[in-house]
Amino acid sequence: MQNTSLQFKKQVTVKLADVRLQDALSRLQTRFVGGRAAVISEIHDLQETRNAAAAIRDRVLNNLEQWLLHFEQQATARGAIVHWAENGDDANRIVAEIAAQYGVKTAAKSKSMVSEECGLNDALEQAGVAVMETDLGEYILQLAHEAPSHIVAPVVHKNKEEIADLFAEKHHKPRKTDIAELCREAREVLRPAFLNADMGISGGNFLVAETGSVLIVTNEGNGRLVTTLPRVHVAITGIEKVVPTLEDVTTLLRLLPRSATGQSITNYVSVLTGTKNQEDHDGPEHFHIILLDNGRSSLVGGEMQEMLRCIRCGACMNHCPVYQNIGGHAYGWVYPGPMGSILTPMLGGIEKSPDLPNASTFCGACAVVCPVKIPLPDLLRKLREKQMQRGMKSRRETFMLKAWAWLALHPKIYALASRIGVRIMHLLGGREKLIHTLPGAGGWTDGRDFPAPSGKTFRELYQQGKHK
Amino acid sequence: MNARDNILGRIRSAQQSATAQTLASHLAQHPRGPLPPQPDNLLACFKKQALKLSSDVLEADDVGEIPSLLARYLNERELPVRGVCWPAFADMQWSAAGLEMQSRPARNQDLVGVTGAFCAIAETGTLMLLSGAETPATTSLLPETHVAVLAPRRIVATMEDAWDLLRREQNQPPRAVNFISGPSRTADIEQTVTLGAHGPYRVLLIMAPL
Repeated sequence: MQNTSLQFKKQVTVKLADVRLQDALSRLQTRFVGGRAAVISEIHDLQETRNAAAAIRDRVLNNLEQWLLHFEQQATARGAIVHWAENGDDANRIVAEIAAQYGVKTAAKSKSMVSEECGLNDALEQAGVAVMETDLGEYILQLAHEAPSHIVAPVVHKNKEEIADLFAEKHHKPRKTDIAELCREAREVLRPAFLNADMGISGGNFLVAETGSVLIVTNEGNGRLVTTLPRVHVAITGIEKVVPTLEDVTTLLRLLPRSATGQSITNYVSVLTGTKNQEDHDGPEHFHIILLDNGRSSLVGGEMQEMLRCIRCGACMNHCPVYQNIGGHAYGWVYPGPMGSILTPMLGGIEKSPDLPNASTFCGACAVVCPVKIPLPDLLRKLREKQMQRGMKSRRETFMLKAWAWLALHPKIYALASRIGVRIMHLLGGREKLIHTLPGAGGWTDGRDFPAPSGKTFRELYQQGKHK
Repeated sequence: MNARDNILGRIRSAQQSATAQTLASHLAQHPRGPLPPQPDNLLACFKKQALKLSSDVLEADDVGEIPSLLARYLNERELPVRGVCWPAFADMQWSAAGLEMQSRPARNQDLVGVTGAFCAIAETGTLMLLSGAETPATTSLLPETHVAVLAPRRIVATMEDAWDLLRREQNQPPRAVNFISGPSRTADIEQTVTLGAHGPYRVLLIMAPL
C-alpha cells in the first residue's frame, strides 16, 4: 500500500470537517472502548496477565533468530513450505509464483493487514489471479476501491446507508438497509467464491514454534473457509509473530479479543498445522507460509524493539483521542493510531512520515490499554528525538525550543517574561476571557479560542496564597 | 544471499543469540501463564459461558434421546430436518425421530451438520474440534445450523487443559484444531453484532453421556 503520510496535516483538516466520519468514529468509541472495559475485568489478574504476555513476546524477540528457525523446522516437518520475504514486492512475487505453480486462477482471501502492507491484491490481479476479499469489511472496501481505516474494523468509516448503496449498485439487487439483510446478501454473494477458489489466502495472528502452526482468530468463519476448502493455502504474516508454545499463545488469546472487540474469545480460533492427510475429506493439499520482514528486523535489538511485541488488537487506536477525531485514513498507511504512528515511520522511513510521531498528546491512554505493555508514548518520544537529531524539525520549532531552553535556565528572566506574557494575554482576552487570534499560534486559534490567563503567574498566585 | 539468509543475518548481528538450550527447556516445560480460578462445577460454568456467546444448550439423559431432542429443536424453529453427521453418529435412530441424516462431509447445500467434539472449555464456553477423516471440518462450517454432541466428562476448565489432553491423546495437533464459540458473527457494519456471517447462524450443544 502506498504511504501517503506526508499529507497527514492536510488530511486531518479534511477528516475533522467530515460529519459522516465523525458520526462513525463516535460509534467506534462506544462499542469498542465500552466493550473492552466490560470484559477486560473478567481476567482474574489483569496486570499479572499483561506482564506475562509482554514477557512471552520478549522471550521470542530477544532470541528471534532461534525461534524463527525452530518454527520453520517444525512447520516444514509437518509438510508446510516456509518462504521468507524481504519486502512487499518480494512477498507478492512469491504468492504469484505459488499461484502459477498450481495453476491458480481464483483466490479467496481472509483479512490480512500484512497483505495490505504488500498491496498483494493488485499484484495478484496483474499476475492474472482473481482475488476476492471475504471478510465482510474488506469485501465492502474491495467493492468501493478503498483502503481499511482500522486494523480490526476496516470499514468503520462507512455507515450502513453507504454500504446499502454500494451493494445495490454492485450486486444489482434491490437496496436493503437492514444490517442483518446486508450481511445475508454478502454471505450469498461470497459463498460461491469460497467454493470455487483454487487458493485461500490468510494472515496469521500467531506462529506457534512448538508445533509449526499458524493460528488465526476470526468471527465470521471466512478464515476457516479459506483455509479449509481451497486446495492451496497461503498464510502471510510478519516475522515477529512467533510465540513459543501452545500455552504461551493461550495467555495472549485471553487478552487479544478482549482488547480488540470486547469479546472473551473470538468465534473461531484455528490452529493450522501442515497439509491434509490422504484420507482427509477437507483441508489444503499445499500449505505455504510467507514470513515478511519489510523493515521489522531493523527494530530488533534496538531501542524500538518493544514495538514488535504488538499483537494488532487495535486498543491503542480505539482509546486514542487523536484517532477518535481523525480516523484511520489520515495516517496515510496500513496502520493508524499510536501503533501506526510508530510502525509507519519505522517500517517506511522516518523522513516519509514527519508528522506521525507528533500526532499524539502523550495522554498515555494507549499504554494503559496495551495488552502487551508497549510503552507507546515513550517510543513516540524517542522518534521525536530522532527527528530532532536528523534536523527534521522546522527552523521555527527548533528556535522556539532553544529559546524555551534558554529561558528555563535563567529563572529570573523566565519569571519576568511570564509576568509580562500573562498580563498581555489577559488584556487580549477582554471581557470574554477568550483569545480569538494569537500571533504565531494560528494552529491553535484557527480551530478554537484560547482561554485567557487570569493576569498573574502561578508563582505570584502561590506567593499571595502563602501570605493569606 | 537469499532473503532468508539476509533476514536471519540482520537479526543475528543485531542481538546476542541465546543458546538453543533455553528454547529446548521452555519447549519441554511449556509453562502456563496466569490462570482463571478453577470453577466449582465445570458443566455449569461451561453452559453459562456457552449461552453468553449465543450457543443453545440441551441436555439428554441418554444417548438415545438425541434424535428426538434435535427434531424438536429444528421443528420449533421451522428449520429443515435434513442434514449430515459425522460417521460416529451414523447409527443413531434419526429417521425414527423424523430426521433425514446422511453420514458424509458437508456440502454447500446442507443446512444441518451434526458433529462431536474433542473436548470443551468451561472458561469460555468453547468447543474444540480436531480435523480428520472421521471428523470433517466442513460439517461444523458450511451448514446454517451446527449441532455438536458433547459428553460432560469431556469438559475441561481452560484451553491449557485442552492442550494437555491433546498432547496425551494425540501426540501432535492434527491439520486443523478449531475452537468454536457460538454462531459465526460480524460487527463490520456500524459495529452492530449480527449472528450468521459466513459460518453457521446457530450452534446447538447437546450434552449427552457418550
